[in-house]
Amino acid sequence: MTLSDKKYAQRIQAAFAKYPDKRSAVMPLLYLAQEEYGWVSPEGIQEVAALCDMDPTQVQSIAGFYTMYSEKPKGKYWLQVCTDLACALRGADEFYEQLKAELGVDDGGTTEDGLFTVEHVMCLAACDKAPMLQCNFHFMENLDMDKMRAWIAEKRAEAAKAKK
Amino acid sequence: MTHILLRGRDIPDIWKFDVYVKNGGYEAFKKALGMEPKAVIDEVKASNLRGRGGAGFPTGLKWSFIPQSEPVKYVAVNADESETGTFKDREIMETNPHQLIEGALICAWAIQAKAVYIYLRGEFWDLAHELDKRIEEARQAGFIGQDIQGTGWSCEVYTHLGAGAYICGEESALLNSLEGKLGQPRVRPPFPAQKGGGLYGEPTVVNNVETLTNVPWIIANGADAYKKIGTEQSAGPKIFCVSGHVVKPGNYELPLGITLRELLYDHAGGVPDGKAMKAILPSGGSGPIIPATNAVLDTPLTYEDLGKIGSILGSASIIVMDETVDITWVAAKVTKFFKHESCGKCTPCREGTYWLDKVLDRIMAGQARLSDIELIDNIAKNMQGVTLCALGDFAANPIIYTIKNFRDDFMQHVQKAEAKPAPKTRQAAPAGD
Ligand SMILES: Cc1cc2nc3c(=O)[nH]c(=O)nc-3n(C[C@H](O)[C@H](O)[C@H](O)COP(=O)(O)O)c2cc1C
Ligand code: SF4
Ligand code: FES
Repeated sequence: MTLSDKKYAQRIQAAFAKYPDKRSAVMPLLYLAQEEYGWVSPEGIQEVAALCDMDPTQVQSIAGFYTMYSEKPKGKYWLQVCTDLACALRGADEFYEQLKAELGVDDGGTTEDGLFTVEHVMCLAACDKAPMLQCNFHFMENLDMDKMRAWIAEKRAEAAKAKK
Repeated sequence: MTHILLRGRDIPDIWKFDVYVKNGGYEAFKKALGMEPKAVIDEVKASNLRGRGGAGFPTGLKWSFIPQSEPVKYVAVNADESETGTFKDREIMETNPHQLIEGALICAWAIQAKAVYIYLRGEFWDLAHELDKRIEEARQAGFIGQDIQGTGWSCEVYTHLGAGAYICGEESALLNSLEGKLGQPRVRPPFPAQKGGGLYGEPTVVNNVETLTNVPWIIANGADAYKKIGTEQSAGPKIFCVSGHVVKPGNYELPLGITLRELLYDHAGGVPDGKAMKAILPSGGSGPIIPATNAVLDTPLTYEDLGKIGSILGSASIIVMDETVDITWVAAKVTKFFKHESCGKCTPCREGTYWLDKVLDRIMAGQARLSDIELIDNIAKNMQGVTLCALGDFAANPIIYTIKNFRDDFMQHVQKAEAKPAPKTRQAAPAGD
């Protein structure tokens, strides 16, 4: 599929309707490309560039400037763990070390089954609810390793079931 | 106390349109529409409301800079909220979103704007999609769109999601990002309020979420009533984000002028486990760190008083550190943030944060000499006041003030290194070793 698929038509139109020029839609359209391809792939960049009347290299540099556009494929669950100061004062560094050990990956790595990618990020505006993370841009807060182990097991079971 | 901003604490369903309206919602907007735009600006000016995004600029004065003769004007709401330790705008938008929309609409009427863009950090993904629904409700009720309430004035309200870049909270970078350009700051002048400096080159007011959320109350109750809250130079309520080593971290909406002691001990419950408080960052990672002395704790939280003790009120994101924290570790942590977030446009900021980070790693690894402390102090001082935006200064602050106020913490690393030069790879916990 591509961004020209019917299911995106309405959202593309809504993005263009917000701004007086086409170029401003580049950020919302890059999110759509990421949704379609799982990352901002070369095809996605080309399509967004064509839609916004921009040069693909310009679109590429915009995608590269922001951390939420992924420049490589990620696991099904993209876990961004805040290890910034306020969270670190409440144990976020230790939490992140344990989470990486639990999944057997390093910072930025993806598990072999392709389910989980972990990385550490800066403050996510949830400092009073540390340790915390975002999974595919949804907040998960007041965490500990018991909760994480249960959650990981649940996601693995779901994936195993879906395979059958 | 009843809340003016975090009204969701008193009326949990106030995020719903009908509940908001039942509790007086959008009455202030209707009242403003019955006033001359200039009278609205004058009322906000008279209230002494100052910007809650960090710089504390007088809000009414900012609005008055917009040249009325220009046909196209914009409002940009800064909902980027990315400063370490800050989580107040999120609670406003999650629990009292219509009050923000109403405040933004009053601002739009006052400057006769054509549209309002709410710029949210990308991680507020779910929040932005909820906000879209609230905007639609206001549109259905005739508060947004064509010929609003029969005034002949039309205005749209849109959300825009960023995608992970702290620098986009800086107002001119925010405007570039909205325009689909790289989110890097612009050379000023022209300022956003001026022709050529704002969104798409048109005069634009950029205001923080919390700032605008104050506005409906000011219009409904008048500037005089507002000025009765807080102190003479720091009027109104403020949301203090308290994090780190306190028993009850969270947002506290209180009048400006309460002391740090009242906030951190009476409201936030003091330091856990009976430990002593060592240091306070009153304005997130970017402001000067101060020792938690009695004099500091008795300081009223106002724009003017925090200046007197060598710090700033900023966005009032107060990070508390207990006696076990090694302040060198704090400097290293905050420096990593700014190194990551420097947009790279100016050399002193790009190179400075790179070198600060490198030397701090060396200090933390126990491989540094005394001269390294002077080295980073010098690098930081050379970053001050020479960059295109304030991030350069923000990145210098953690170094200059940690060394100035907590030199002993640095000395311990250096002395250890000089006594036993075996390299150490990783600092484990916040606790100093
Ligand atoms: C590096 C940097 C980051 C900033 N981040 C934010 C932010 O996340 N939110 C915000 O409201 N203001 C932020 N500001 C301040 C804005 O530039 C601007 O002063 C503010 O949005 C004006 O609104 P106010 O007058 O209502 O405070 C930042 C400034 C700098 C230099
Ligand atoms: S001071 Fe830093 S963040 Fe600001 S414009 Fe210069 S390089 Fe970019
Ligand atoms: S420091 Fe982690 S959410 Fe703010």
